[in-house]
Amino acid sequence: MHKLTMSRRVFIICNTLLLSAITLLGVIPFIHLLSISLSSNTAAMAGEVKLWPVGFNLDAYRYLGEKVEFFRSLWVSVERVVLGTAVNMLLVFITAFPLSKSTDQFKQRTLYVWFFAITMFFGGGLIPTYIIVKNTGLIDSIWALILPGALNVWNMVLMLNFFRTIPKELDEAATIDGAGHWRILWRIYLPVSLPSIATIGLFTIVGHWNAWFDGILYLNSPEKYPLQTYLSTLIMSLNSQMTSISIEQIQAMENLSEKTLRTAQIFMGALPIMVVYPFLQKYFVKGMTVGSVKE
Amino acid sequence: MKTLKKNYVLHLMLLPGVIVTLIYAYGPMAGLVMAFQQFEPLSGFFHSKFVGLDNFRYVFNLPDFKQVLWNTIIIAVFKMVLFLLVPLILALLLNEVTKRWFSRLIQSAVFLPFFLSWTVLGGVIIELFSLNGPVNGLLSSLHLKPIMFMLDNNWFRGIVIGSDVWKGMGYNMIVMLAAITGINATLYEAAEVDGAGRWKQMLHITLPGMAPILILLGVLSLGGILNAGFEQILIMYNPTVYEGGDIIDTFVYRLGMFSQQFGPAAAVGLFKSVISLVMVSVTYYAAYKYNNYRIF
Repeated sequence: MHKLTMSRRVFIICNTLLLSAITLLGVIPFIHLLSISLSSNTAAMAGEVKLWPVGFNLDAYRYLGEKVEFFRSLWVSVERVVLGTAVNMLLVFITAFPLSKSTDQFKQRTLYVWFFAITMFFGGGLIPTYIIVKNTGLIDSIWALILPGALNVWNMVLMLNFFRTIPKELDEAATIDGAGHWRILWRIYLPVSLPSIATIGLFTIVGHWNAWFDGILYLNSPEKYPLQTYLSTLIMSLNSQMTSISIEQIQAMENLSEKTLRTAQIFMGALPIMVVYPFLQKYFVKGMTVGSVKE
Repeated sequence: MKTLKKNYVLHLMLLPGVIVTLIYAYGPMAGLVMAFQQFEPLSGFFHSKFVGLDNFRYVFNLPDFKQVLWNTIIIAVFKMVLFLLVPLILALLLNEVTKRWFSRLIQSAVFLPFFLSWTVLGGVIIELFSLNGPVNGLLSSLHLKPIMFMLDNNWFRGIVIGSDVWKGMGYNMIVMLAAITGINATLYEAAEVDGAGRWKQMLHITLPGMAPILILLGVLSLGGILNAGFEQILIMYNPTVYEGGDIIDTFVYRLGMFSQQFGPAAAVGLFKSVISLVMVSVTYYAAYKYNNYRIF
């Protein structure tokens, strides 16, 4: 290794410090939140908690363990993720296959592609969509969170681009052996596209887990709320409490709400993703660069 | 005849997707007629009275509308610029890191907020900037007055922009890093032989090498000129900051869902969709022309 110049050395030190600061910026807010949830309620409300719990206790989590709403919405979330991801992936898979054919093989391909592509650029907007969902009788049902977005056109495009990289010879050989389209799709395309399916699947799972606004919009009964929707009601109610003008009043309001419990709930909402994140991150990175950088 | 028999299976495969798209994507597009109607939920799209452009006239004359449009544009433009600039600087700095574990660590930490929902992040932000939160704690230890960040129209906008950049910067950073790794390594060797230092190398090789992806990201983000971040603002705002934080999407939401003014709300939505469509078409064409970018 050759010797570094002075200015280079200074740069490396500054760079390391700066990037370390940015790393902390990404992580500290969550550590702070976790510390509050593990602190005593009085310390949390007085704003004494920084990065380390003050008056360590698990009361918030113990209380959370007895909270019906939390577990009920957690269960709805699980249901939504499983059901929604299954529907999404199935539709992406069977829709991308015909569209990955060349026009020689499948003449109407272009027509279909345009039919789907237009929806990426133009939509009806919030109000007409709400009314259609209402007219199709989905209000207050978990299907309202799944059916309107059942086919994600962007994921479908990613999938069809992947299908096109599969050698045609595989397809042809199977056809000669007497396999139909369905068999080719399940027996040949499915096994070879597992990496692609994993990437899109992960994004779909995270998308369903994180979604909250459609719950607010389409569900009337709070007992049907998925976890993130339930959490959003907690946060929005907190935020509307803050509209009173005097500082003393705000402090009183903040004291009324159980800060440690709220932060514990928020943290639990983030936990599943934080736990799997280190393992999934490389798939995400791979899937993203495949999707966005084109040669 | 044989191909038709074989191909009907392909049509069959497309059927579920076509049905869902027809109902839930094309249905609402057809439903946009309500922007020109005095829409009554009981009468539906078919029996409501047509009123021409009255809804548009009504909305554009609302005293809040100009402010809302202005908020939308200013928040969206700041986000667009920072979403290019911040990840670019980060990617360039990260590229100078030679220790792999350190580089991985930074990438992971910066990327993390991208995967969390706005309910979680909104909760975190509100907590951080609350009156007895750590940010105000820091201010008071510097003997500065506490600031009601979430209730102040000027601060609120900044927090919206800053927190969104914080959430999303990891994504673009990684796309840009991928572009940097794609640059031909022999260029750097040649430059070193010619006596170029790291700074010169970055200026004359890395940056030009990234130009295509920068242009692409920039051009594509123009399509979202009126997308200032609906879910984020909905969860973070409150009536005291409507003046600085209300955007078209939140405005439509309140107009339609709370005031039950379906026609006017749909009119604003249509206005936004049309502008977005025009911007997307223009920028997509530009991306295709300058960068040969196509999605299919």
